[in-house]
Amino acid sequence: MSVLVLTLIILVGAYFAGLLGSLTGLGGGVVIIPLLTIGLGVNIHYAIGASLVSVIATSSGSAAAYVKEGITNMRIGMFLEIATTTGALIGAMLSLVIHAPIIAVIFGVILIFSSIMSLRKKDTTVLQTESPWAQKLKLNGSYPTADGEVKYGVRKVGGGFVMMLFAGVISGLLGIGSGSLKVVAMDSIMRIPFKVSTTTSNFMIGVTAAASAVVYLQRGYIDPALAMPVVIGVLLGALTGSKILVNSTSSGWLRWVFAVIVTILAGQMIYNGVTGKI
Amino acid sequence: MAKQTKFKDTDIEALIGWVLRIGVFVSMIVVFIGGVIYLSRHSSEHIDYHEFKGVPDFVHTLPGIFKGILDGRGRAIIQAGIILLIATPVVRIIFSAIGFMIEKDYLYVGITLLVLFIIVVGMLTGHGG
Repeated sequence: MSVLVLTLIILVGAYFAGLLGSLTGLGGGVVIIPLLTIGLGVNIHYAIGASLVSVIATSSGSAAAYVKEGITNMRIGMFLEIATTTGALIGAMLSLVIHAPIIAVIFGVILIFSSIMSLRKKDTTVLQTESPWAQKLKLNGSYPTADGEVKYGVRKVGGGFVMMLFAGVISGLLGIGSGSLKVVAMDSIMRIPFKVSTTTSNFMIGVTAAASAVVYLQRGYIDPALAMPVVIGVLLGALTGSKILVNSTSSGWLRWVFAVIVTILAGQMIYNGVTGKI
Repeated sequence: MAKQTKFKDTDIEALIGWVLRIGVFVSMIVVFIGGVIYLSRHSSEHIDYHEFKGVPDFVHTLPGIFKGILDGRGRAIIQAGIILLIATPVVRIIFSAIGFMIEKDYLYVGITLLVLFIIVVGMLTGHGG
């Protein structure tokens, strides 16, 4: 395939990956990696490198918008980044010793998990009690809604921290933001309100990805000719997505569309991994 | 007192939003310029990423990238943009640290510096393992 044709295909694919990733809070990486590896026969290491760069652009691009809205909890983000960046370094180191087919299978499993997570009913109750650790770390906060400021408490800080460490490892190993795992840690374990956990996760993804990107750069995973259309496409898609998200209250049908696409992609990644085609 | 803290938090948030926006904007312009130069020279060439071979020196090492930019090589310029993009969240952390410092929230100054330290460890040990 010629450079021009390949670049254009990747650019369009990356745009839609960024759009869906931003709307669901899961990140564009989960779509761009199967597109590159299965669709275009790109080596998984290059795909992971390009994806990770796009993850930084997505996260930073939409985090800029969310931070301004005052929904993001920067203390929760900063504290849990200790776990995600440590995990990301471990993951990036592991990616060199784990064989490509195994990485593909792990990727597929995480993908299926992500799509299930994105369909799950959201618990909208806001926790009012505060755990001693959350108080010590000043993690409890409030966020603006149509009905005024809503205060929330945070629980199980330790459990959330451990889950974040795992999310970081997966991010560094697979070159994705692993937003779904971050949301598990914050939503299900720490009981942070959905809107806060989604935007804070987004905020953290850039830093997590930067930690493994510095390792990827030195390993030669990041090929500029490949990363260029990926990062531009994903960023434009993510910007479109963040505009839609701020202006709409529900994106239910989009989650379904996304879940179906992601599950198909996941199946293919696992199949290709098991049969050794990757 | 509580109100005042909230106000300062909002200030830092505005500053960080600004840092992120500028970082992404500038790095994307650099990537785009590099991309145009690269495509204008190589658009009809055949390309294959099937085998992992790492990347050539002029987009791998900092001196190589620097020389590549001086030679006007598209991919070296793209890589410089990508490095700027990777640096954006790192710069954001530094600004967070400054913000917490102004708030005199030393616990979070410490936490922020710890995150920064972890990333620097990655930078220095990336070749190993």
